[in-house]
Amino acid sequence: MALRARMRWRLRQPSVVPGFGLALGVTLTWLTLIVLIPISGLLWRSSGLGWGNFMALAFDERTVNALTISFGTAFAAALVNLAFGVILAWVLVRYRFPGKRVIDAMVDLPFALPTAVAGIALTTLYAPNGWIGSLLEPLGIRIAFTPAGIVVALVFVGLPFVVRTVQPVMEEIDKEVEEAAATLGANRLQTITRVLLPGLLPAGLTGFALAFARGVGEYGSVIFIAGNLPYVSEIAPLLIVIRLEEFNYAAATAIATVMLFLSFLMLLVINTIQSWSRRRYSNGA
Amino acid sequence: MEVRVQNIRKEFGRYPALEDVSLDIRSGELIALLGPSGSGKTTLLRLIAGLESPTEGTIFFGNEDASQKSVQQRNIGFVFQHYALFRHMTVLDNISFGLKVRPANRRPPAAEIRRRALDLLELVQLSGLEKRYPAQLSGGQRQRVALARAMAVEPNVLLLDEPFGALDAQVRKELRKWLREIHDRTGHTTVFVTHDQEEALELADRVVVMSKGAIEQVGTPDDIYDHPVSPFVYGFIGQSNCLDVTLAGGEIWFEDRPIGLRAANEPDGPATLYFRPHDIELLDGCGGCLAGLVTASRRVAGTRHLEVSLGGTQPSVEIELPPERASSTDHSRVAFRPTRWKLYREASDVAAASVQAQTSAIELAPTGT
Amino acid sequence: MALDTGSASNTTLPNLVKAATSETRLARATLIAVALGFVGLFLLLPLATVFIEAFRKGADEFLSALGDPETFSAILLTLTVAGIAVPLNLAFGVAAAWAIAKFEFKGKAFLTTLIDLPFSVSPVISGLVFVLLFGANNALGPILQSYGVQILFAVPGLVLATVFVTFPFVARELIPLMQEQGTSDEEAALSLGATGWQTFWHVTLPNIKWGLLYGVLLCNARAMGEFGAVSVVSGHIRGETNTMPLQVEILYNEYNFVAAFAVAALLALLALVTLILKTALELRYSHEIAASRSH
Repeated sequence: MALRARMRWRLRQPSVVPGFGLALGVTLTWLTLIVLIPISGLLWRSSGLGWGNFMALAFDERTVNALTISFGTAFAAALVNLAFGVILAWVLVRYRFPGKRVIDAMVDLPFALPTAVAGIALTTLYAPNGWIGSLLEPLGIRIAFTPAGIVVALVFVGLPFVVRTVQPVMEEIDKEVEEAAATLGANRLQTITRVLLPGLLPAGLTGFALAFARGVGEYGSVIFIAGNLPYVSEIAPLLIVIRLEEFNYAAATAIATVMLFLSFLMLLVINTIQSWSRRRYSNGA
Repeated sequence: MEVRVQNIRKEFGRYPALEDVSLDIRSGELIALLGPSGSGKTTLLRLIAGLESPTEGTIFFGNEDASQKSVQQRNIGFVFQHYALFRHMTVLDNISFGLKVRPANRRPPAAEIRRRALDLLELVQLSGLEKRYPAQLSGGQRQRVALARAMAVEPNVLLLDEPFGALDAQVRKELRKWLREIHDRTGHTTVFVTHDQEEALELADRVVVMSKGAIEQVGTPDDIYDHPVSPFVYGFIGQSNCLDVTLAGGEIWFEDRPIGLRAANEPDGPATLYFRPHDIELLDGCGGCLAGLVTASRRVAGTRHLEVSLGGTQPSVEIELPPERASSTDHSRVAFRPTRWKLYREASDVAAASVQAQTSAIELAPTGT
Repeated sequence: MALDTGSASNTTLPNLVKAATSETRLARATLIAVALGFVGLFLLLPLATVFIEAFRKGADEFLSALGDPETFSAILLTLTVAGIAVPLNLAFGVAAAWAIAKFEFKGKAFLTTLIDLPFSVSPVISGLVFVLLFGANNALGPILQSYGVQILFAVPGLVLATVFVTFPFVARELIPLMQEQGTSDEEAALSLGATGWQTFWHVTLPNIKWGLLYGVLLCNARAMGEFGAVSVVSGHIRGETNTMPLQVEILYNEYNFVAAFAVAALLALLALVTLILKTALELRYSHEIAASRSH
């Protein structure tokens, strides 16, 4: 009897803490209503299109262009953020300078500032008559209303991700590791490039992937500065909105499904990076 | 290589970590820096390595003034307490690192680096693990990799900071023996820091006992144990008892009676008597002895430890006896006399610093040091 | 002579040793300059622009822009939507964190992933899913409409989209915090005879209050500032379904820059207050806020 009770499949481990049923019930109900049903609705509608129809809509030339622009600019912006984010995190962790605490707090500004506000501010700055735009205009460089403008907006939006994933890892670097490299004859540059930066690689890649994923879906900050020229500076989320305004629900659904699929793929990549680095490096020396 | 530390002083801010420390390390010897935490032993090791710079003083490697060189130029091998292995590199890459970062004109060819790293891996008995990452190794294995990595650069001197501190007792004992073997085979001048006296006495050719930023004594393990030069060393190394005594007319008095020990040439006044628990003889009658009540008796492996209260305000002393001898002391009162002992006097008490007796003869002839 | 060499070595030695584990002064200065330049160019300058543009024509113009009835109703609508969405997600977040952090059960990791899902969905898609669900050409929309319930292009749609995008904030903040705290406090309270609710109110809640506040703060900032998702479901009916960020867009597209930036300045102010409170919480209660700061 006792054995059978122990062998029985159990949803949860026994615990004296009450409220499991209520808490899980609320969680699942809310999750189903707010997230699962709406997302399933999208996938359901998408599957109703039929394979041929879906492929035609999803790989229509304008759509492919929009997706390419979205992913291309998001990738470029994430690269910029990877490089400068690591430097920024390094400076915040290692050096002392006046205003450091303010800068540290400001890094989260893109999380707090509404994207539309960021969008119009960046557009004003980089427009040909704006502060920065007017400086670049004589050099023949145009940022606003070109794909470069999209990259600028996405750099803003993704800035905190690399900094905030790399910063805590950097804080935990054991000073002994740097000293060990020095005693073995490595100069400072060698210590940084061969010992410290490779150790930050998993965190840096995670931050990069998060910034990239965020950039692909970003809408509010981009539409003002992009110019929104089809085939040139039209991002995929904007194309969804345009199709919706044309009441072309089928096309909107198809594009959204492709994007959703790619986002999940990236989520998978992020999780893989993290579990890979945990397996190899955790409880490290 | 021979290492000479000359009149080194080191301050961290205002706090003095080392004060006027001088030490000659002979080429090829295995030397231990032993002391309680805060004694400055790790600071001294880091100064030799070049990880810290002295406030004053000089360090020579051979005849060369190493104080002018950076840590990278000193060519030392340093094994860190927590090993500080590069966790994103395999064992082999860790060991080869020091050779790979050399400037091109001094760097061996890649095949040679690999061969040397594999040889070292064999030396530390880890062949076959070259593709592992540090996270996949046990504590003892990481320690061996750290040592191999430090030896790969063919260092002038090998420096180890608490090399066994993070390991459990069993592994520690094994590695201790193994480190001695490696040293005997490779002959690197080796300095290691430890707070574990057993480790220092068992492993080192010579032991440097440190306290409060200064060197108390340098000597072979035998010297340190048998001839401690200061009350600190006597108290820090091994078990010891200390009693406040008085000298009067060449006799040592405890409380109100002489205890049968003589220090003939010493002037009168207060002093402190040190003796080890096993350096005593039991007496049947007491015509000049230490006597007291046995308050506790414990069997510890091959000996019996007795705690004896001598009365008055003095703390209890501990004595060790063979079990068969101890059974005759079942009655609660014992009388005994130290056979080897040492007397220390405050500089203000008398001019002579200490008196020592070494023979087990009843007529103890003090020999001044 | 001896004194001279002594002082010379004293000045050069610390430099030699410092070089072992730190960069040269020049490298430091360059790195700091690059970092500050990056932050200045991409964060501080845009923020400053918002306020400069808002006050370009003086404080009077700024105030009159905010006094516009449509803008005023946008402010009210934003407060209403956030006022409904944030408490809903607060309740959900606490329930989810309680279930996930205090119990071991099958499928826990999967549930946690599902809760994070809205973070990886484009805001536009977050709005789109509700348009598809309640749209005129779907089963649900017409049925609800026949009962006089309007979801899309009305407040319920805005609330739904906002709840979707801010769904994970509170739960994400609380789960690691409550996991770290374990269940021993609750078990102690229960063993002393407290009921489940008493345990929650008197033991659990005081332990997580700062973490909770932190999560609510971030949730609220996003709820008030959300643009893409609400833009899709709002229908842009002026004075009725325009939240503040949507009002910014409309004013900007009408070339009414001062008014657009005036509303933007209000939102930027909200962002600054959020950052200040967030930093203050991190400084004072860092041990009572979940360790993971990235979201």
